[in-house]
Amino acid sequence: MLRAENIYKSFGKNEVLRGVSLRVDQGEVVAVIGPSGSGKSTLLRCLIDLERVDSGRVVVGGETLVDTEKGGYAEKSALRRVILKMGFVFQNFNLFPHFTVLGNVTQAQERVLGRTKQEAQTRAMKVLEKVGLSDKAAEYPFMLSGGQQQRVAIARALAMDPQMLLFDEPTSALDPLLTQEVLKVIKGLAEENRTMLVVTHEMAFAREVADRVVYMMEGAVIAEGRPDEVFALPQVRAFTSW
Amino acid sequence: MKYIDNPQRLAGLLGQLWQGLGITMSLFAYTLLFSLPLGLLLALARMSWHKPVRWPVQFFILVMRGTPLILQVFTVYFVLPMVFGAAFERLTAVVIAFVMNYSAYFAEIYRGGVEAVPVGQREAAHVLGFTRSQAFMHIILPQVVKRIVLPVSNEVITLVKDTALVTAVGLVELYRVARNAANAVGSIEPLFIAGAVYLIINAVVSFLFNRANEHFGYYQG
Repeated sequence: MLRAENIYKSFGKNEVLRGVSLRVDQGEVVAVIGPSGSGKSTLLRCLIDLERVDSGRVVVGGETLVDTEKGGYAEKSALRRVILKMGFVFQNFNLFPHFTVLGNVTQAQERVLGRTKQEAQTRAMKVLEKVGLSDKAAEYPFMLSGGQQQRVAIARALAMDPQMLLFDEPTSALDPLLTQEVLKVIKGLAEENRTMLVVTHEMAFAREVADRVVYMMEGAVIAEGRPDEVFALPQVRAFTSW
Repeated sequence: MKYIDNPQRLAGLLGQLWQGLGITMSLFAYTLLFSLPLGLLLALARMSWHKPVRWPVQFFILVMRGTPLILQVFTVYFVLPMVFGAAFERLTAVVIAFVMNYSAYFAEIYRGGVEAVPVGQREAAHVLGFTRSQAFMHIILPQVVKRIVLPVSNEVITLVKDTALVTAVGLVELYRVARNAANAVGSIEPLFIAGAVYLIINAVVSFLFNRANEHFGYYQG
């Protein structure tokens, strides 16, 4: 479903990704863990064109986002097609404050996918129901708790019918109680056999939900494999134990 | 007291002021009509990644904000005709100068508003497949409007008062009418009466902007 090969990325003199490769297969849930500053979020952002790689290749659903050895980034419309294969959930939700919950979920459906208002609203109510917030459709984001906002953000991503979902530390801005309600929703999605790539600090969640865990450190993948394997490795245990 | 206790004279003065008010309000309305949208274009150019676009605009804004408005009015009215050979009508010249000056201020207000919208908003629009212009029109701009209501109200209130500057090129607007009357009767009373008129206009302006600001209170962030 998704393949990233040999990704390099620097911010100025700071080399954040040093030749990272990653693959996510259809229906697979992959968790990326590792200390802060290890490049997990940057990697995720590179996969959906929120950051531009210095070199490397990213292919999603058979279509190339970037291949620095073959012409660099895809042209605008192809780039957009690749981006739309993925749904992205931010650490800080990034809901649109000036739209209602419903508006947040329908805007891109109408303007980007060209759905009618009716189609978009029907789809929106369905995904809002899935995240348990159909009763909040008419409210504005500031009226919701952080956990509810993040669930709306998940609904917003789902409404676009992406082939896979990317989560960038989706619970890092939430307190433990709200974290659980969001993780529950993500877990539910995993049970639907959705393809997901989750950058997270929630070790218990990664262990429980992920089919595969990728451990990153200092801009490189140090270890990857089944959760029980990866969490048993000494260097990962050193990280997870504190 | 030459006016307050003399209703007939007061009525005469108010009639004259009313006529002067026509010029004042024309200048005010034309300036806003052109400078509010022009300011947006300047702001976009000022934020451009292309230096050949950005730098001239940056320089223009520096000059417009960095030199006296009255000097800019003189320049358009007296100097440009010498260069181009054709003179502008007084009011036209003054409107041109005011529009250039105010669009520079508005441009910076807009730019501040755009930069105050968190980068995450742009990112969210991007991952949802919005084009850059869609993101600007539907995600960024509506949030900018909320942020600039109060700073723009400052400029609009200043504009009401700045219209008095154009007496310098001989336009007989509100303030000039009052000054003429003051000179004629040897009293400063007409100036205070004119002052009251400016105050009333700005009370209306303030009221409208406060309403606009409250309107945008339906959301936060």
